[in-house]
Amino acid sequence: MSDKSWLSEIPQLDRYQLLSIRKTLDGAYRSFSREYGDSIESFFDPLLSFLIWFEKLLLGTPWWLVIAVLAVFAYAASRSWKLTLGVMAAFFLIGFFGMWDNTMRTMSIILVSTMLAIIIGIPIGISMARSDRVQSIVTPILDVMQTMPAFVYLIPVVMLLGIGKIPGVIAVIIYAVPPVIRLTNLGIRLVDKEVLEAATAYGANPMQRLFGVQIPLAMPNIMAGINQTIMMALAMVVIASMIGVKGLGQPVLKSITNQYFTLGLLNGLAIVALAIIFDRISQSYAKRTLQNFGGN
Amino acid sequence: MSQNNNENKKTLISIKHLYKVFGSNEKKILEQVKTGKSKDEILAETGHTVGLSDINIDIYPGEIFVIMGLSGSGKSTLIRHFNRLIEPTAGEIEVAGSDVMKLKEKELQEFRRNKMSMVFQRFGLMPHRTVLQNIGYGLQVQGVKKALRQQKAQEWLKTVGLEGYGNQYPSQLSGGQQQRVGLARALCTDAEILLMDEAFSALDPLIRSEMQDQLIELQEKLHKTIVFITHDLDEALRLGDRIAILRDGVLVQQGEPVDILLNPADDYVEAFVKDVNRARALTVETVMQPQVCRISSETIGEAVLQMRKSNQDYGYVVNDDGYQGVITQDTLENVEKSDYSNVIDLSLLTDVPAVQNNALLETVIPDMLDNELPLPVLNEDGEVEGNLCRSTLVDVLSEQPNVEEKKQKHA
Repeated sequence: MSDKSWLSEIPQLDRYQLLSIRKTLDGAYRSFSREYGDSIESFFDPLLSFLIWFEKLLLGTPWWLVIAVLAVFAYAASRSWKLTLGVMAAFFLIGFFGMWDNTMRTMSIILVSTMLAIIIGIPIGISMARSDRVQSIVTPILDVMQTMPAFVYLIPVVMLLGIGKIPGVIAVIIYAVPPVIRLTNLGIRLVDKEVLEAATAYGANPMQRLFGVQIPLAMPNIMAGINQTIMMALAMVVIASMIGVKGLGQPVLKSITNQYFTLGLLNGLAIVALAIIFDRISQSYAKRTLQNFGGN
Repeated sequence: MSQNNNENKKTLISIKHLYKVFGSNEKKILEQVKTGKSKDEILAETGHTVGLSDINIDIYPGEIFVIMGLSGSGKSTLIRHFNRLIEPTAGEIEVAGSDVMKLKEKELQEFRRNKMSMVFQRFGLMPHRTVLQNIGYGLQVQGVKKALRQQKAQEWLKTVGLEGYGNQYPSQLSGGQQQRVGLARALCTDAEILLMDEAFSALDPLIRSEMQDQLIELQEKLHKTIVFITHDLDEALRLGDRIAILRDGVLVQQGEPVDILLNPADDYVEAFVKDVNRARALTVETVMQPQVCRISSETIGEAVLQMRKSNQDYGYVVNDDGYQGVITQDTLENVEKSDYSNVIDLSLLTDVPAVQNNALLETVIPDMLDNELPLPVLNEDGEVEGNLCRSTLVDVLSEQPNVEEKKQKHA
């Protein structure tokens, strides 16, 4: 820092200092991943084998059976023939245009990621709702998770676990879990105080309050969070394909590098179709659970 | 309505020197409250709100105890201390001999499950449960088996007159129906004490008085101990065996409805009392004049003597069958002296209807207008206890500040 220049130029570390900071941190992380990479990887082994099993299951099932099962799900959740027929037509078209296998791979990773996001997210949301302190700690972390460009947190994940399904799932979860946490927290905080007080007045213990009143009443919000989580997970498909996650993202990536417009468009449309289907099914399910609430 | 035998009964709920200060440093501020600083001073100096200050209440088994006050007077805060939904800053709460303040978390849950149930202003029903499931909630929390729970819930559903609504959701019912569900839920646990926090305040007037009737009717059968919060004096007078009036967290008056109506403790209570429809709040007994001429003789001659002695110009003729009618001095004077040994003939009597001592003033007004003579007031055994004349009634109903005084002057 020379005497007057700080007025016109921002004080700055010099290049060597910056370099040494980077080197130290990178080195520390690299040796950390060398040291613990294997054990962390083996920690995720059960998840990996589950992912592989689930993908094989989807790929191994005959196409008509998959469509039938999806149709049953769609109908059970929405009680709407229109939606059910739409789902069947969409999946038939996806297969017709040769994207069946990739769609199944994408679906398997999305479903597993969403499931994990729910398993992780709801308890965090609950603990946030119960304590203002936890909320004040978790909220900024969620802000970072949602605004940090996905590529940035892909770097350490890939350094630690290499490329493949597991880092893909982790990246998807980091990106997709905040909505379910936020909306679980919000939903529980919005539960009518008098209803909760009534439960307390009748001698409900904390668990009875949580599972008997708070979660059921927060359900519309939690469902909205899950819906958002699914949508965001789908949005991550293309980015995840950059670290070797197979599925609809890979052809899109290939199309960008090789300028295959139609290939990109078709696969993009398949992702859109998946998104719309998941969205409609989860929303109409949420709406049906909501019917008894408030509405006359 | 009134019960004077409370002194011999054991208290069921006893609250002593209860204080509640809202804020971050309750205990420290409490000292200032005890030295007598006003609520406003404390709020201005420390930012703490004094919710309740030195509350002492004894509630006896089987009575309806009404706590009344305007919004912000601390009545809802007070009722939440009974089952410790709010922790007091200082004070003692004793229910059926056990010290509620000493209960640990688990014991407190047990206490809430079995001893007290609560009805809320905005019903506090669970929107995701059917009416039947809502009613059975208290039992479910206790761990009662589903079949028994449903059976009991069904019984209470019937009692509150909502049979057939069991599988509806609360949002499908009207406000009055929802509060019936709230009441059924509270009764379903068979708790001895019922806390009702402005239970009928959110209902429109017609439904409200219907619910009040239903509560009174149920109470005649169940004999619960009810703590009822309201901001409506008419409601308080109608339901309450005893009434406590709260103002800014301080108990300003406690007593039977008549005491409060006729002897308001201060301007605040008086302002409350002013708007009350006295015709609907007071019974005949509270305003009647006890001095009457009872003619109990068989013969006309003795009747003349009795009437002269009493210095009145009419008398109520009674015999073993009770009140017969009124005989006036004029009638008696028209009777020939030779007939004095005759038995009093029904044709000599003027037919004036009698009123019961526990009837509301409102109900006797028509009879009052039809008859010029004062109406006889009968007690439960059919004996003439006093009379009620037009001038007394008019005095009482025309918002004279202190009726008790007048009553004494008349005497």
